[in-house]
Amino acid sequence: MIQLNKVNKLLPLLLAACMILFSHTSQAAIDTFEFENAQQEKTFHELTKLLRCPKCQNQNIADSNAELAKDLRNKTYELVKQGQSKDQVVDYMVARFGNFVRYDPPVTPATIFLWLGPLLFIIFGLLVLIRQIKKQPAKANNLDDQEQQKLQQLLKQHAKDTKS
Amino acid sequence: MLNKRRVLTLLVPFIIFIIGAIFLATPLLKGSDPSKLDSALIGQAVPEFTLQDIYDADKQYDASIFKGQKMLLNVWATWCPTCYAEHTYLNKLAKQGLYIVGMNYKDDRKKAIRWLKDLNDPYKISLFDKSGMLGMDLGVYGAPETFFIDSNGIIQYRHVGDLNDKVWNDKLLAIYEDMQ
Repeated sequence: MIQLNKVNKLLPLLLAACMILFSHTSQAAIDTFEFENAQQEKTFHELTKLLRCPKCQNQNIADSNAELAKDLRNKTYELVKQGQSKDQVVDYMVARFGNFVRYDPPVTPATIFLWLGPLLFIIFGLLVLIRQIKKQPAKANNLDDQEQQKLQQLLKQHAKDTKS
Repeated sequence: MLNKRRVLTLLVPFIIFIIGAIFLATPLLKGSDPSKLDSALIGQAVPEFTLQDIYDADKQYDASIFKGQKMLLNVWATWCPTCYAEHTYLNKLAKQGLYIVGMNYKDDRKKAIRWLKDLNDPYKISLFDKSGMLGMDLGVYGAPETFFIDSNGIIQYRHVGDLNDKVWNDKLLAIYEDMQ
């Protein structure tokens, strides 16, 4: 009974120890950066979300724990602190790592299809639709004189039948 | 006639599908690895830098060492297992007379010197880039990487990953020989 009590007292301590130990890993990606003004901080956060880590290819540099992402965050911080604009920092990174580093790709001959593709698709679909619609009334009037007469007769007949 | 046109119209989605399939399958069949990026510095000179010699902290180099002859710039580190695998091949290339400059990237000087003593040193010049400064300017995103630099100091190609017999003979040798 006494032993059990001891365990009960130790348990919270043990839990606390675990929390401190394991929280370390989840904090690794959060570095502390200090800024002179809110605008710089905003620019920095926008940039780290926009810049893609070349090593861990499907993460931005804000999310990634990779050593390289850390370097890029530090470099971004340094450049932002020097007063460089968002575009200047992006240009700096693109000059070194290529357009791959941007999550917001520029319009180039290789990427133009990303913008034009859906547009062309919609236009193509509309054209097909318009053609189909134009075809339909032509089909309905395809009856020759004899058939037309027969149709009128049938309609009259039908009208009589429903009256009686 | 009308029937023929109908068949052709119905074939359109199929043709689009085939074009899409070819578009997606070519890189797969060619075995191109999406994690290997083309360098953004191809056609440009090696960026300016000042770095210490790995053996001698008093000795400094700058970008002028990349002029005068074609050469390879190999980026390596002792924390990089693939670099270890690659090292034997670098020794082989150096023995064949290739001019190779080494850049030790974000590493420990003592460990690096021990590595070069134990495994032989294939480098004509060994740069020590502790902070990764030149690595950043070169767009290095992992080690090993090897830059092919012509005699005017212009980067012509970058290989990501290790150098070995297969990749050298299949691809890189031709690139090296095409350089002036």
